[in-house]
Amino acid sequence: MNAAPDSAVDVRAVSKRFGALAAVDQMSFSVRQGEIFGLVGPDGAGKTTSMRMLASVMRPDTGGILIDGVDVLADPELAKQHVSYMPQRFGLYEDLTVDENIRFYADLFEVPDKVWRERALRLLAASGMTPFGKRLAGQLSGGMKQKLGLTCALVHAPRVLLLDEPTTGVDPVSRREFWQILYALRAEGVSMVISTAYLDEAERCDRLALLHQGRIMYCDTPRKLKQGMPGAIILVTSAQPRPLLEVVQGIDGVEGVLLVGDGIHIHVDDAECRLPQLAQAIAASGQTAGGIRQIEPTVEDLFVALLERRQQTP
Amino acid sequence: MMAAQSAPAIVVDKLGKRFGTFSALDAVSFDVRRGEIMGFLGPNGAGKSTLIRVLCGLLRPSSGRAVVSGIDITQDPEAVRKRIGYMSQKFSLYSDLSVVENLRFFGGIYGVCPGAINERIRFAVDMAGLQGRETSLVSTLAGGWKQRLALGCAILHKPDVLFLDEPTSGVDPSSRRRFWTLIHELSAGGVSVLVSTHYMDEAEYCMRIAMMAAGRLVALGTPRELRQQSIGGELLELECANIGAAMDLVAKIPGVHDVAVFGDALHLLVDDGAETARAACALLAEHGLPGASARQIAPSMEDMFVHLVRTARAQGAAAGT
Repeated sequence: MNAAPDSAVDVRAVSKRFGALAAVDQMSFSVRQGEIFGLVGPDGAGKTTSMRMLASVMRPDTGGILIDGVDVLADPELAKQHVSYMPQRFGLYEDLTVDENIRFYADLFEVPDKVWRERALRLLAASGMTPFGKRLAGQLSGGMKQKLGLTCALVHAPRVLLLDEPTTGVDPVSRREFWQILYALRAEGVSMVISTAYLDEAERCDRLALLHQGRIMYCDTPRKLKQGMPGAIILVTSAQPRPLLEVVQGIDGVEGVLLVGDGIHIHVDDAECRLPQLAQAIAASGQTAGGIRQIEPTVEDLFVALLERRQQTP
Repeated sequence: MMAAQSAPAIVVDKLGKRFGTFSALDAVSFDVRRGEIMGFLGPNGAGKSTLIRVLCGLLRPSSGRAVVSGIDITQDPEAVRKRIGYMSQKFSLYSDLSVVENLRFFGGIYGVCPGAINERIRFAVDMAGLQGRETSLVSTLAGGWKQRLALGCAILHKPDVLFLDEPTSGVDPSSRRRFWTLIHELSAGGVSVLVSTHYMDEAEYCMRIAMMAAGRLVALGTPRELRQQSIGGELLELECANIGAAMDLVAKIPGVHDVAVFGDALHLLVDDGAETARAACALLAEHGLPGASARQIAPSMEDMFVHLVRTARAQGAAAGT
């Protein structure tokens, strides 16, 4: 296998079956040095299976994986020196302190004493964890545990970092802080593959793959992904949105309607020509609407639109 | 018109709960209308779980008053529990039982009378779209189906109030939309729904959102009202080369309060969007980073939330708590 010279991760036509279930099906992508690549999809889409294969803790049935130019299947032990894997349940020792946990992982990876101490200080400072060195890991909040897990995973200065759903169950404030740490690592040239079921988190990645039932539905930058949305989303705000559903359903060009908290989202084929038609229909119905305008589609809108398109064209 | 005049489903009046010296809930007050879907956002430890436990009659408040479905929770917690349904993130279904067996089991727990149980099971199966899967084992159902079954179990006893704890995290987007359509139908039928979540996408489905931080209610309003509130300035998206270097440069511009990386761009919280946009592009060009572009963007619900939590924490720190 020949990798592109600047690619940190190269996944070529990888598949993995569990009995009748194709957990990962002909997956291919590559990650450049210093890039954050997202594997985005719901539970059961194949995120964890992909991560395990990248981390060489599970062998693919077919296909190949290169990490920093090393063939993971031919030489998993060498590949493991370049990569760090933070699984969903990272093995922190709850009855050890923050410092002791870091030291444990440093010993495991045979990092020299002086090197890991300096690195741990820097990593703890970057994540605002310096005051908590003597606290037991079991007494940290969910967000702080994830930061400690990340520190432990980084103590041997890997070139490639694999993060399996690091922000699940973490609140939005801590999630934001976590991402700022990832961006700082990116600036140092660390390449990352991160999986998430939070579709809004996809927008923080440099590039991402939308996964559904083990297959990549779409793979590009978040910006291109949104530009590729078929049609457009129109928001009608209203204190009484429910009656509006019937008004707009069945109008030409309306492909889907979604009731949200204080309005409806209408998926149309073309915003420019449908927006005045919808405004007119709502006015004619006598229903009150606070406003009508086009909004940016979310990654979820796109995911649903891609799925619908796929189901229409088998 | 009758509905508008009916009493609120939930009245919370200066509710407080202390654990030792720690104030988990601090004078929280709000009402929930009949049929209203209300979302609760807050970081871990903000008091969301404590609030829900108090409202379910599982914890006694230290001060204040809460009335659920006309019943004072401290007077008769047992009666409150009969009027509420609860569905957690990890739907506690029995995977080695069938769909109908699970419904029958939870019907028993919730005290649905034997004469009505078959009709209620039929209702739950229809509502959840589980027709034809009645005898399937739960272990064979996909995530979206399990989630709708868990909802069916939670509403068997016709509760007035439904509590949902991050109900759709990890579920595929189509199933999530279907689930929320069901929730809106229940709401149209008069059920009040309280949703606790970390998920901004879930908050959008709520009619009103309550944001909590450090045991207090820091904001309450419709999604639109919250998005229109100030986040302490205007938000700029700056696209440029070498964002690491650019970040250090623009952070020093007067009127820039916060700089954060977002994907391949920077997000700046500034006093004056137009002025800082010009200043930032000029400064970057001066330092050998030409071609930058900045545009003002609308703050997201998450931006608003982060702003409120930080403000509350700063106030807490200033007050020495």
